[in-house]
Amino acid sequence: MKGLMYVAVGLTAGLALFLLVYVLIKGIPNITWELLTTSPSYISQKIGILPDILNTIYIVIATLVIVLPLGVGAAIYLTEYASNKKIVALIEYAAETLSGIPSIIYGLVGMLLFSNNMGTCLMAGALTLVIMNLPTIMRTTQESLKTVPQSYREGAFGLGAGKWRVIRTVVLPGCVDGVITGCILSVGRILGESAALLFSAGFAHALNGLIEGLSSPGATLTVALYVYAKEQGEFGVAFAIASILMLLTVMINFAATLVQKHFAKRRSS
Amino acid sequence: MKKNQLLEKVIHGVFLILGLITVGCVLLITVYLVVSGLPAIQKIGIGDFLFGTKWASTASDPKYGILPFILTSIYGTAGAIVIGVPIGFLTAVYLSKLASPKVKSAMQTVVSLLAGIPSVVYGLVGMLVLIPGIQAIFGVPDGASLLAAIIVLAIMILPSIIKMSITALDAVPKEYEDASLALGATPIETYFKVSVPAAKSGIAASVVLGVGRAIGEAMAVMMVAGNVPNMPNSLFQSVRFLTTAVSSEMSYSSGLQQQALFSIALVLFFFIMLINATLNFFLKREKE
Repeated sequence: MKGLMYVAVGLTAGLALFLLVYVLIKGIPNITWELLTTSPSYISQKIGILPDILNTIYIVIATLVIVLPLGVGAAIYLTEYASNKKIVALIEYAAETLSGIPSIIYGLVGMLLFSNNMGTCLMAGALTLVIMNLPTIMRTTQESLKTVPQSYREGAFGLGAGKWRVIRTVVLPGCVDGVITGCILSVGRILGESAALLFSAGFAHALNGLIEGLSSPGATLTVALYVYAKEQGEFGVAFAIASILMLLTVMINFAATLVQKHFAKRRSS
Repeated sequence: MKKNQLLEKVIHGVFLILGLITVGCVLLITVYLVVSGLPAIQKIGIGDFLFGTKWASTASDPKYGILPFILTSIYGTAGAIVIGVPIGFLTAVYLSKLASPKVKSAMQTVVSLLAGIPSVVYGLVGMLVLIPGIQAIFGVPDGASLLAAIIVLAIMILPSIIKMSITALDAVPKEYEDASLALGATPIETYFKVSVPAAKSGIAASVVLGVGRAIGEAMAVMMVAGNVPNMPNSLFQSVRFLTTAVSSEMSYSSGLQQQALFSIALVLFFFIMLINATLNFFLKREKE
């Protein structure tokens, strides 16, 4: 039995290591300055991924700007206001359901709900991602709110503060760590997302500014990787993007661990 | 004073609305999927739709039978579970009970990395490593097949299974294990005959979570399964899953064909809801 366990652990570790090394070896030689700083051109037959990089940044910003107030607000309602157990159970059940829905269904609903009304554009993709990431932000904020000592709230109430004032001055500062953790997790999820964006945000490679970019269709890095690999057979570019995504994944995991450790330390001291 | 109370009430109302947004989203998704999915099922007939064995949406006499997709999704998920669960389960037992803290934390980083890798990257590596590999090893003309999809899915569900099983195994009270050890059982006997049964609800939940991941995965499968709407009669056949059936024709579909794609999504949604309910059942039991 012990031998089998070693085999299983070895397989898991080996697979992760193989994926990381293989993608980096195949991808990094293909990353050139030109690839990173130009847009694709049919005339000179060159591929550049600058538009995809910018689209990814735009969609991350738009998603976080919308999802943060919604998710934090929902978490505050659940921990500070909700007194009806049935409503709490209902909201938590809904959040669990949302996190279990596969991204292809989000993509379809995003297409029906947003793209059919506002056109296929990054904003439609961002709104789709807002629904997807809502449970994450809600959960991490809720967890951090639970660690704000009840006595702080009671102290503030005792000094005559109203509920809203207590939330603004005592509760909100206490949920910073949850919000940051939630943001990191959401960024990771947005970077990796493709199925939800393919039909809601489209797959154009035009170079745009933030506002113009959000209102026109565009591919994020992940979608671009799919299009280059599956539709165009440009494996060099695909691996270059894959290695960028791989490095970002490693960095995000590292940041998430670091943040969690930092806040855990601060809380215990 | 009255003004303050009014303000408080308004703010309470705002937070209530924010809280109910998740519920609204679930309702919206359900309603949209049902409304856009039902018309095609009515037109085609539920029997012909669910149990028809031929999908030819662009033929002059179009056929909309999705049994091949349903069976492919079931076989693919079952295959991924058969391969992925033993590996994930044994890894979890080792990491939870036997590994030194250093190894455990290193492996948790590794597992998080596996969980964070975008599915298109899995698909890309699958296209360039797995497909030629299957072609060479089994001597089949095309490696893009059910088998390739099963292997990719098995790897992709590993992190969910390992993480959730570790949480369940870590929560087993130390006294149970100490009692078993004191009675003369070896550590390995203790872990598999005492700890694992005590954590069985959590481990079952991890398997259900894996099923949900596997049945919902689209992009990686799209890149390695070949996407031909065949009945899944052999491991080496090019097949189409429920998820990939939706995405592969969506960009150029219209009319009844598009409505039928929405119906496929509705069927997928139904499966997912069933899986979520099962997951909740096990999680609730775990808590108790």
